[in-house]
Amino acid sequence: MCERREMKETAISGRIWILSDQNGRLIEDIDTDQIYHNAFLHITEIAQMGRYALGNLEGWKDFPEKACPGDILVAGRNFGAGSSRQQAVDCFIDLKIGLILAPSFGAIYFRNAVNSGFPVLICADLNRHVNDHLLETGDEIRVNFQSGDALNVSKDSLFQVEPMSSVQSDIFMAGGLFRYGRKIQD
Amino acid sequence: MGKTIIEKIIQAHTKDDVEPGKIIWMDLDVRSARDFGGPNVVKNYEREYGDVPVADREKTFFTFDLCVPACSLKYANNQQVCREFARKQGFKVFDVDSGIGSHVFIETGLAKAGTTVVGTDSHLNILGAVGCFGQGMGDVDITFAFKTGKTWFEVPQTLKVHVKGTLSSPATAKDLTLFILKRLGTQKAALKAVEFYGEEMRNLTLAGRITLCSMVTEMAGIIGFVPENGHALKAEMEKLSGEKYSSPVADKNCVYSDAVEIDINGLPPQVSVPFAPDNVQDISELKGIKVDTGFVGSCTNGRTEDLALVARILKGRRIKEGVTFKVVPATKRVYEEILERGILEDIFRSGAIISNPGCGGCAEGHIGLTGEGEVQISTGNRNFAGKQGRGKTYLASPAVVAASCLAGQIMNPEDV
Repeated sequence: MCERREMKETAISGRIWILSDQNGRLIEDIDTDQIYHNAFLHITEIAQMGRYALGNLEGWKDFPEKACPGDILVAGRNFGAGSSRQQAVDCFIDLKIGLILAPSFGAIYFRNAVNSGFPVLICADLNRHVNDHLLETGDEIRVNFQSGDALNVSKDSLFQVEPMSSVQSDIFMAGGLFRYGRKIQD
Repeated sequence: MGKTIIEKIIQAHTKDDVEPGKIIWMDLDVRSARDFGGPNVVKNYEREYGDVPVADREKTFFTFDLCVPACSLKYANNQQVCREFARKQGFKVFDVDSGIGSHVFIETGLAKAGTTVVGTDSHLNILGAVGCFGQGMGDVDITFAFKTGKTWFEVPQTLKVHVKGTLSSPATAKDLTLFILKRLGTQKAALKAVEFYGEEMRNLTLAGRITLCSMVTEMAGIIGFVPENGHALKAEMEKLSGEKYSSPVADKNCVYSDAVEIDINGLPPQVSVPFAPDNVQDISELKGIKVDTGFVGSCTNGRTEDLALVARILKGRRIKEGVTFKVVPATKRVYEEILERGILEDIFRSGAIISNPGCGGCAEGHIGLTGEGEVQISTGNRNFAGKQGRGKTYLASPAVVAASCLAGQIMNPEDV
């Protein structure tokens, strides 16, 4: 689970996957049934969830085999629309995905990620960066979630993301909501 | 500075100063989980807190509504894990016979105007229909809420929607809802609270408000409120609760992020075309599309009023040979009402399958799936690819679904 995470730097690096359609455009409104189908909601072990990640998203069903620990997902607007299922975050935790970047997230999805101590960051200009090929699948990027400064290491170009809010950053640094809760009660 | 409705409700539940964009800690009046998410909450809770009691067992509930009664051993085990945890902790379970949790909260008065309710149901914001701040959350949030009675929340901005004009038959609250969804898409209300005003809004019944507020989720909004209450709603709420009903209103000098006007005069029935709820068209554009299956129910359209409308259309007629028509009442109380009023019999005699109450028809399991190539017309709220099986799902009003099942194709209720 997320709380094993010991990395507490303020930057996250990794190789990116652009969640795009056949025309190379970011897929918008990807809902939680496409991320983690309701047929597998009976599963309560995070270690069994990764294999179903993006299992109902056309063109991306083999993602669990392709993804490596530390990889970063670059997704379209309103990523994680739909249901409240935590499994749609947990499946990426199981695959050890390092970060999801999107122009916006479904409200519940965003909270679930924050509470799990799983980094999700907003980048309003993401469509433009992808359409202009400033970000391409396989690029190495490095994102500072406190300053919002981001670097495409492969292309040696800079871009900006929204820094984490203080609550998001505090929960992330604590290693999830449960640990954070203990910290603020002490 | 005045406050919008969401700002007022949150302010009444926090010591922090409330303003849009600010993150506050908020007290929760009801904390709940379902049979999906519930077992994950139990697992989290026992791992994190062991045998420590929940913050307040009178405010903590399980509602089993998704796979009821359990259709596989996995769900049966999960429900039993929840039951045993609830017994140990001493809180109530609305078990597999009860129906959809959010509706049960409204019927039992647990969701009161001005209160805060959370649970593992992304359509819990349906409670906006009764002036209550309901919010769906994941299992980590809910575990924390069980233990502390609190959650953090970013105060949303509020969008004001003025609905101009009135509905004329055969259009219903669902058509209005789909049309608003078409206009707002998934961007205009995203991450916002919405307040709906206008003559038709004032006259919406409880069932109509539930339909509209449920689909604020599909608009990517946080919650919707219908602040002006006509006599019909007040009478209905007072009959339910036995108490005088009044819901929160926005201050005159509150600040909205944006205002939108939507004209519904002359609105024909609306249909959402797969595979996105906001892909909405006038019914006349979909003439001749054959349907294999119809479904009426869900948290969006499973009230007595919805089923009464279906019964009026079906009474004395038979659904088209080869079409399967499934009906799922929202709750046990709805089931009882349709039984007493003869609605159930009229629907049954038309050839429909009527199941026990719950989320069947939306969640996979309870009342079957669509197969590859199958076309379903449904009163549910989502038609994402693969959600209810391999088929295609169109979303429409109960009247359109009933008419389409009579005709075997997508049909305006005026034409049957």
